[in-house]
Amino acid sequence: MTSYSSLGNLKMSCNHVLRACNLTKLFSHLQKCFINLAKLFLQPQKCFNKPEKVILQPCKTVLALAKGFLQPCKTVFAPEKVFLQPCIAVLQACKTFFQYNYLLLHKRFPVKPLYLQQNTLLFRIILNFAVQIMTTAKTIVSKPFDIKKIREDFPILSRKVNGKPLIYFDNAATGQKPQVVIDAIDYYYKYQNSNVHRGVHTMSQEVTVVYENARATIQKHLNATHAHEIIFTKGATDAINLVAHSFGKKFISKGDEIIISTMEHHSNILPWQQLCEEKGAILIVVPINDAGELLMDEYKKLLSDKTKIVAVTHISNVLGTINPIKEIIDIAHAKNIPVLIDGAQAVAHTMADVQKLDCDFYIFSGHKLFGPTGVGVLYGKEKWLNQMPPYQVGGGTIKTVTFEKTEYADLPLKFEAGTPHIEGGIGLAVAIDYVNEIGLENIAAYENELLVHATEALTKIEGVKIIGTSKHKAAVVSFLVEGIHNYDLGVLLDTQGIAVRTGHHCTQPLMQHYNLQGVIRASFAFYNTKEEIDIFVEGLKRAIKMLK
Amino acid sequence: MNIEQTEQEIIEEFEIFNDWMGKYEYLIDMGKSLPMIDEKYKTDDKIIKGCQSRVWMHSELKDGKIIYTADSDAIITKGMVALMIRVLSNHAPDEIINAKLDFVEKIGLTQHLSPTRSNGLVSMIKQMKLDALVYRSQH
Repeated sequence: MTSYSSLGNLKMSCNHVLRACNLTKLFSHLQKCFINLAKLFLQPQKCFNKPEKVILQPCKTVLALAKGFLQPCKTVFAPEKVFLQPCIAVLQACKTFFQYNYLLLHKRFPVKPLYLQQNTLLFRIILNFAVQIMTTAKTIVSKPFDIKKIREDFPILSRKVNGKPLIYFDNAATGQKPQVVIDAIDYYYKYQNSNVHRGVHTMSQEVTVVYENARATIQKHLNATHAHEIIFTKGATDAINLVAHSFGKKFISKGDEIIISTMEHHSNILPWQQLCEEKGAILIVVPINDAGELLMDEYKKLLSDKTKIVAVTHISNVLGTINPIKEIIDIAHAKNIPVLIDGAQAVAHTMADVQKLDCDFYIFSGHKLFGPTGVGVLYGKEKWLNQMPPYQVGGGTIKTVTFEKTEYADLPLKFEAGTPHIEGGIGLAVAIDYVNEIGLENIAAYENELLVHATEALTKIEGVKIIGTSKHKAAVVSFLVEGIHNYDLGVLLDTQGIAVRTGHHCTQPLMQHYNLQGVIRASFAFYNTKEEIDIFVEGLKRAIKMLK
Repeated sequence: MNIEQTEQEIIEEFEIFNDWMGKYEYLIDMGKSLPMIDEKYKTDDKIIKGCQSRVWMHSELKDGKIIYTADSDAIITKGMVALMIRVLSNHAPDEIINAKLDFVEKIGLTQHLSPTRSNGLVSMIKQMKLDALVYRSQH
């Protein structure tokens, strides 16, 4: 049994090496671990005569895999190809191994109970180990978070503004575009331009495939069950309007209630407000505390039999608050109320798994996710989308049309009237692939460093008050400087090449909550740096000095 | 000094500064010397609607000439109002109506005329000329 406890040590020492993050060391260490593991696998067979034929194979696989780990040491520059693959294979082998054990048990082989126990234990250990390695591998593979290289991917970052190098801190308004996205749009117009879903000619067929692949990429990114649950829209605002209009038409009537929150963007207020006015429904608002967090107890109290839908933002564009959307959804679902999540601010910073969240609608815009402007996404559960009437009608949305009656197309085309923003959809998928290559977890971790750095530096400046101090925050800092108008600071920062947003940020009700005329907002993306934040802070100090 | 002469004077003053930080510093100083509006006129109906900062403007006709007073909660905006007042105030309605105000472009303030900057410079000029039209029609 000593060998098993040594496995525990193995895991620990492995963790240690992982923390050291030396790739070569890590890989050779892993190799040794796997060889040891494989040896352990082989051992039990000596004390058991029959099943070596079935057990031997997976053991050999593990051994071979272990040898395979030698390779990455030689090709560290592309570890994902040589490293992730064997890890997946290990998992696969473990599964097979488990199946063999299962067979042994149920086919009533003369199996010694101890042997099975050992095998199961080994299986668990190696499984955990493999999972751990997989997770670490992912981090390491994308670990070369080479900020210099990333910045080179964004041509606009090298331009100058007012004679100064651009410092772009208005990412919550729109994200910059990596070269791959620009190239995709360029390529589309040079070689692919045709209309989708229509022609029999080759180019139309080709581009339809590319466009539908883009939809599939988005489906995969959100982990939606079906590709037809992904509806292309003009943007986030358009997507919310679609739901408010179409869901509203079918499900909202007089006296019904719609729940939103204080921190919503106008785009997640006005469509519902208008719907309420039309239908005689009531708009209910979940309040927030001074830190900028939703009052969940109040939210629970506000839900009633009359509530027909809840629409809240995933991340606040001003406060940066990351809302507990899973909890919000679960609470509403307990009363069979569907939930729409406004992911406009979230998609560039965090993963949204719509199946895990179980949300009914999730919407976002492409341009904030480093994709083209003019394209957005509505994810909706099939069961809702099928029941909802078309929003806009016209070309592309139909099966048959006569002057008496029209039969509408199935999802998603039912909601995509007219020629879509083809290069937008294609470009968005490229942007998603780009972001996933860097890894949203890495992006979130790096951006959090920026957020902490900026918050620390800003709080040191006299008179600065940060608006939005939630425990769970995205890389957005909104603030005020006592006695100075945000507009003045915005202008003087711009003069120094620093782009921030000033004003009410399309959240006037939120401004009214804090009794503010407006705030200054610096919002970061993964291509920003701490050095830029330092320049920004110095620029801000200079501006304050001028304005005092 | 007529309107064109004041404009020329301002153009020359701004030429002294070779970067925008300097120009803004000058504008801020000018803002501080703005002929302040009487508090009783700082009411909502005197606000020139700009998106990000509020500007209150009041005008009076004295001896055939319009006197403007104003205030803003943003100091750069205040500087711009001060600039406009320096050019237009204390002139006859006709002169104000016909003023081309080329200096705005010449000193590089044109970027502030774009609607996205929303500082209300356009609305400011419009309001001042509108007031002048009203006074002329009263004659």
